[in-house]
Formats: sequence, structure tokens, C-alpha cells
Amino acid sequence: MYVAVKGGERAIDNAHAWLAEERRGDTSIAELSLAQIREQLGLAVNRVMAEGSLYDPDLAALAIKQARGDLIEAIFLIRAYRTTLPRFGASDPVDTGRMSCDRRISATFKDAPGGQVLGPTFDYTHRLLDFKLAAESDREDLPETQTAEPRSEDTPHILSFLDGENIIEQEPRTDAEPGDLTREPMSFPAGRAVRLQSLTRGDEGFILGMAYSTQRGYARNHAFVGELRIGSVPVEMEIPELGFAIEIGEIELTECETVNQFKGSKTVPPQFTRGYGLVFGQSERKSIAMALVDRALRWEELGEDNLGAPAQDEEFVLSHADNIQATGFLEHIKLPHYVDFQSELELVRKLRREAAELAEQMAAREAAQ
Amino acid sequence: MTPLLQVKNLAKMYGARIGCTDVSFDLYPGEVMGIVGESGSGKSTLLNSMAGHLTPDRGEVIFDTRADGPVDTVTMSEPARRMLGRTDWAFVHQHARDGLRMSVSAGGNIGERLMAVGDRNYGNIRARAADWLGRVEIAESRIDDRPSAFSGGMQQRLQIARNLVTGPRLVFMDEPTGGLDVSVQARLLDLLRNLVREMGLSAIIVTHDLAVVRLLADRLMVMKDGRVVETGLTDQVLDDPQHAYTQLLVSSVLQV
Amino acid sequence: MSDYNFAYLDEQTKRMIRRAILKGLAVPGYQVPFASREMPMPYGWGTGGVQVSAATLTPEDTLKVIDQGADDTTNAVSIRKFFENTAGVATTEETEKASVIQTRHRIPEAELSEDQILVYQVPIPEPLRFLEPRETETRKMHALQEYGLMHVKLYEDISQHGAIATSYAYPVKVAGRYVTDPSPIPKFDNPKMNMAAIQLFGAGREQRIYAVPPYTEVVSLDFEDFPFEASKADHPCDLCAAEDSYLDEVILDDAGNRMFVCSDTDYCRSRRDAGHMGRLSEEAA
Repeated sequence: MYVAVKGGERAIDNAHAWLAEERRGDTSIAELSLAQIREQLGLAVNRVMAEGSLYDPDLAALAIKQARGDLIEAIFLIRAYRTTLPRFGASDPVDTGRMSCDRRISATFKDAPGGQVLGPTFDYTHRLLDFKLAAESDREDLPETQTAEPRSEDTPHILSFLDGENIIEQEPRTDAEPGDLTREPMSFPAGRAVRLQSLTRGDEGFILGMAYSTQRGYARNHAFVGELRIGSVPVEMEIPELGFAIEIGEIELTECETVNQFKGSKTVPPQFTRGYGLVFGQSERKSIAMALVDRALRWEELGEDNLGAPAQDEEFVLSHADNIQATGFLEHIKLPHYVDFQSELELVRKLRREAAELAEQMAAREAAQ
Repeated sequence: MTPLLQVKNLAKMYGARIGCTDVSFDLYPGEVMGIVGESGSGKSTLLNSMAGHLTPDRGEVIFDTRADGPVDTVTMSEPARRMLGRTDWAFVHQHARDGLRMSVSAGGNIGERLMAVGDRNYGNIRARAADWLGRVEIAESRIDDRPSAFSGGMQQRLQIARNLVTGPRLVFMDEPTGGLDVSVQARLLDLLRNLVREMGLSAIIVTHDLAVVRLLADRLMVMKDGRVVETGLTDQVLDDPQHAYTQLLVSSVLQV
Repeated sequence: MSDYNFAYLDEQTKRMIRRAILKGLAVPGYQVPFASREMPMPYGWGTGGVQVSAATLTPEDTLKVIDQGADDTTNAVSIRKFFENTAGVATTEETEKASVIQTRHRIPEAELSEDQILVYQVPIPEPLRFLEPRETETRKMHALQEYGLMHVKLYEDISQHGAIATSYAYPVKVAGRYVTDPSPIPKFDNPKMNMAAIQLFGAGREQRIYAVPPYTEVVSLDFEDFPFEASKADHPCDLCAAEDSYLDEVILDDAGNRMFVCSDTDYCRSRRDAGHMGRLSEEAA
């Protein structure tokens, strides 16, 4: 006989225990260490840091381990942890011109001061499965790399070479305090600073898809990668007690600046414009995509036409970029909705009953005639 | 008599380009004003500036409101202007889909303005929708159909019904017969003329079609390059045009 | 979990949420934007309600959490545990004993009193959202009280189905001003919103808080000749014989036999304790 129980604590406890078991897998296989994840799954760690908005490779590695490799789940763990952290203050803006670059390329100039540095990239690898990696060994035979000493002087931004000619839009310097997406509710129009924050922590797949849509003609903006650079920058913070800024650490960043065509408007002669992407860690695809979407969203400020393309629609892009919001809401439909479904069930039954009665009356009337 | 609408020195610029400028006129209750001119002459800009769809750069649009008498609608608060837009004013768009909700039934389209001003009786709303369908010559049996299932002429008539259901005192019309077949146009014009007479409507009609103003308008304004070049009684202007541009305009169409 | 602050959120955040709650109470039915935090449960699973509860709870409070009217549904259990761990407050399943009740999709059957707070979890706080997807537009519609479109929707329902085909999340007008989403409660619960307790609504993902102060008029939208009807399954509860409670329909066997039981588990239990018996109570016991 039925007993009115709808779920419960034991079920949850058991589910959690089972999950832990599944996470560990076959215990005869050695357990993953956080150091292994951090060192050998570095790009996954980077993505979790970028979209989790928290730069901490060890925590990101822990999150990946706990999430069984589900990166969105790992990002979620990081975000939830992040909210509980007290805020001591804000760093000074990082100066990416001072980046010690592991990689720095330009698609617009063959050579420029600082040179083209290919760095550790998949770009020119042939995507062939390397079965040597399948053979487990303590020491793999690593090919020898010849690395030059990193440049000691600053590497200038390539787009700054266009500044002199006045042929690219000027980015006026501002000391205005940017909004903080994590401390103020989003409102529209959001403004570029908040937009960039939203894009840099937005879902890589979503931003990629949006950027791709601009390339395929939905608000095409003719982007060239003016410069892409990856490397470490020092983070400095003003300490009120000291009265000056000190270096508190270093973070790895990927920065992409695109050069885009702009045919000019009534008040502005034709010139190049910019799109900007900046992401934690080595996150090349994301930063390029971000720059394209940033540029597409700037149509209004540049006096371009609204073509009705999704990537031009700030409210659409920003409202749907966050994968933690998206995944939560998507998955909540598996929560019980008995009550709502019950009321729908009764409504449909009532409407069907009424429709049937009406049909009967009609039939009776016709028969009578 | 107080004019229903007084337009004073109205101007709208697009950057350095003139949309319309130096437009002044009075419209009296029951009067229909036609505005003609070729495309780009500024007639639609003028209409949209008067109706509050565009914000004019200079000038006043004074409407004789029921409650407070003459009020400048340009400086009026947005809620008050929007309220006007769903009570005493009506706007008939050239393209019916700009003026209709295509995913809402014909009855819902007509009923919207009634509900927006507080009618909460379904039976009453439906009866008035049915009545208005009849007045614009659409079969009552189509009341639950969506406008997407209607022909172009029917859509336009539905848009007119949707606008007139609250008994507005001033109707703005932007090329109401544009884009329709000639036979459909004639029927629509006939309908409009009857409605205007029956309801004693005041209207401002923008069109490039002189036949439309000949049939509907008491007075006429001719626009060129954003300015009014000639104004007068319709028959007078059409039969004895003074300005060279009006002469050109009149001579370039078949006589009606 | 002693590393976390009382009720998980830090005091700054709670203060920010309390300001939003107070503003919400001052402007009944108005959706107050607030900087929703990431919580350790997914968006859409009650993060808004949890943040409102966290900002509302004091150590002396007694908390009840229900989902679909029941205390023992998995998500209710999960949220109750969260506050047991992070706030250490007393919890109860008895509606009368709770000072704060967090709910998803139901209002308890027992009448709430002046010293209680009901916190709703809200997925989509904007009642106009499915008529107009743009936030910039809907905010303007609220500001100007342009609610004609909402009635067009109800009109369309009647013209197509002969009745208003909204059975849950049925829109209401609060204090004669704001059209408001009551969260996805069945429309059966709508009349109960005129109550003595404070009602707070939290939407975490959408970053909105709104409120209905005690004894505030809440009217379900309708037409004079098609008045709002609070409907439920036309049966008594098969366990406690209640005629006035919202019922869940439970499929009993492959032959399609069903039973109807109170969705409010505490209400049903208290009635059975008081000796009420339903059609199937003996077997069920």
C-alpha cells in the first residue's frame, strides 16, 4: 500500500555516498593529486579560474577533482567559495604592457618591436593522437626546447603603433571606478566595463558561439587579431598604511586586441576600432571570442546600425553568458513541480470536459433539427 | 472655438540635416488635415514628431485635453503622453504589422485599448470588438482569428478598428492606403471617409497620394525639403496650386 | 562549518539584502534589484529564497522549509540542512511553531500569524516576462502602469479556452499598484496572500527581491464576468478527509488507480493526529 513519502534525508545521504564512490572510481588505480591536475590539466585549471573569477590554481584543481572533471560544476564550486571570501581591497589596474610574454603574435604586422613569439601553442600541431602518451612512464622523453631568455624590457602593444597615425580610435583614459558585476545587480545599458567583466567570466562556449555568429554575418565586424599575448603580469596593490603600491603576486593572463574596420559616421572619419579580450590564464580562444563580442556590442557608441543580430544585443548576450546561472536554471526543471503540474492537469481536464459538453450539445441540437 | 491641436514652430533635425522645420498650424475639431509631399519631404518626420514618436528639437504641439484644456504634449510627462496615446489619440501605421499584435486574435487586438484604460468586463470587451469588426467590414466570425490569417486590406481595417475603439478625438495616419491594391484602397478610403464623418473625427493624414487627400482632407499642407511650401483648402490647392512644387506635384498625377 | 559566518552570508551582504527587503516592503510588489551572491546551491534551486532567509534569520528563530508543500521533499531537506549547518537555528515541520518559513510553490494551509515570515523562492519574478522579454521594456511598463497587455493575455485565454488558462504563477496586483508574480504557487493559494504574516520573495538568478507587507491587498487579475477562481482537485484528502486543502494526485498502481492527498504534509499529519480519517487512512496506516 502506498505511503505518502516524497523523498528524504536518507535518499540524499545515500546519493552523496554513491557520488563520492563514483568520483573515486576503481580504487586499484592511483588517486589523482591536485598537483597532477594543476600541472598536467593546466588549460582546464585556467578555464575554471577564468569563469570562476578566482585566480587560484590549487583551488581550481581541487574543484576539478571534486567535480569529476565537469568543468561547469567545478566553476560553480569556485564561485560558491569565492562569495564567502572577505574582500581586503582592489588591486591597481594591471599593466599588460609590462607582461613577460610566453606568447605574443600579431596578425596585422609581420614584425614589430618585441617580435612574434609563438610560445606553447597547439596552432601548428597536427591533430593526431599521440599514442606515445598512452604508454605510461615516469619520465617521458621530452623533446628539447631551446628557449631564449625572456625579454627584460616591456613589450609595447602593437596597436599603440597605430595610435601615432590617428588611424585607430583613441581609448580615452579614465580613472572612473568601474562597476562591479559581483557587487551590484546588472542593469541595462550595462556600460563597457561591466560588459567586459561579464564576458570574461562568461561561458567559453557561449562567447565562442556569439563571436562565431558575427564572423558568419550576424553583425559582421571584420576583425583582425592586432595582438594576442599570453604571459605573467605583476599585481600591485595600494596599501593604505604604507601609502604606496607593492607587488603582491603575479598572474597569468591572455590578452587579445582586435583591429576592426569602421567606415566612419557623420561626425567621425573612417578609422579602425578596437575589440578587447582579457582572460585569466592561457585562454586564447576565449579572449579572441571576447574581443569580437565586445566589438559587436559597441555598435551604439560607434554610431553603427543595429542590425538586429544577437551579438549586438547587450541584454541578450549579458543575460545569457553566465553558465552558472544558466545551468542552475536549466537543471532546476528536474526538481519536483507536482503542485504546478497538478493544477495544469486539473485545468486541462476541466477544459476538455467543457469542450466535450459543448460538442454534445451541438450534436443534440443538430439531431433535433 | 479652441483649436484641438496647435502646432507652433515645430522642428526636428537629424544631425545637420533638416527633418522638418518651421511648421505651424491649427487643427479644429472635426477637421481633417492632409499633408502631402514626395518621400524625404519630411511629412512622416512631422507626423511622428507631433504624435510623440520622435522628440522634436524645437516647437510646441498643444493639444486641447479633456481635463486640463490646452497642454504642450512635447513637455508633458511621459506617462501622461502615453496615456493620451491610448485614449484621445490614435495612430494608424502604413504597415499594419507595425500597428497590430500579430500573435493576438482580432478581438484581442481591438480589446487591448479598452483593457488598457480599465475595462474589465470580458463580455463587454468582446461585444465592442465584434461591433467594430462589423464597422470595418470584417465578418464577426473572424473575431478569434489572428491577423496573420488576414489579407492586407483586412489587416489595415483591423488596425483602424483597434485604434478607433476608444473613441479618440485625434487620429494620426501615416500612408493608410500605401502598399494596398487599388481596388482595396478605394474600399478603405470609402470606409475611412464614412467613419470620419460619422464620428466627427479630427485627423492628420500623411500621404503621397493626392487622391487620398482629395477624398478625405478638408485642408492641405504641401511639404518640400522639410518645410511647408503651400497650405489651404484641399480643393483650392489642388485645383489652383500656387507654388511651383505643388503645380509639379498636381500635374504629375492623373486627374481625379 | 564554523568557518562560515552565521547563516553563511557575511554581514555586509546581509545588510545589503536587508536594505532590499525593506525597500520591497516600502513599495509593495515592486521588484527591487539586489546584488545576488553565488550560493552553494544552483541558481533556480532557491538561491533567492535562501539569501532572503539568511538575511532574515536570527539565532532565536525557528525555521521550516517546504517544497511542494512538503517538509520531506529532497530540496526542502537540503535547504533545511544547509541552515542547520550554517546557522544552527532550530527547525520544525510544524507550521505554527516556525517563525520563518521558506517555501517553494506553496503557501501552508494553516493561517499564518503576525509574528511569522514567509519566504518564497522565485524563478522568474517578472510577471510580464513572457509577454515582453526585455527587462528595459518591462521596467518601463511597471513604471507607467501599462498593464493592458496582461489583460490581453487573459482575454486570449478566455476566447480560446473559455476560461483563464493560467493555473499557477497566476498574476496578482499588490496594493492596487504593481502587477506581481506570486511565484509558481497554484492559483488555489492566491487568496491566502492576503495574510497577517510578512511575505518576502527572493529571485537569486534574476537578482530581484520583492515583498508584500502584512494585511496588504493582493488581488488576482480577472474579468468581472470571468472572476478569478481558486480551484483544486474536487476530492477530499484520502488520508485526512480535508476538503479545504490543495491535493496531490498519486498514481497507485498499473491499473491507474489514484489517491488524492494533502500537498501540505504538516497539515495532513496534524489532522490525522486529531483523529480525522480519509477513504484510505486505515490501509495507509
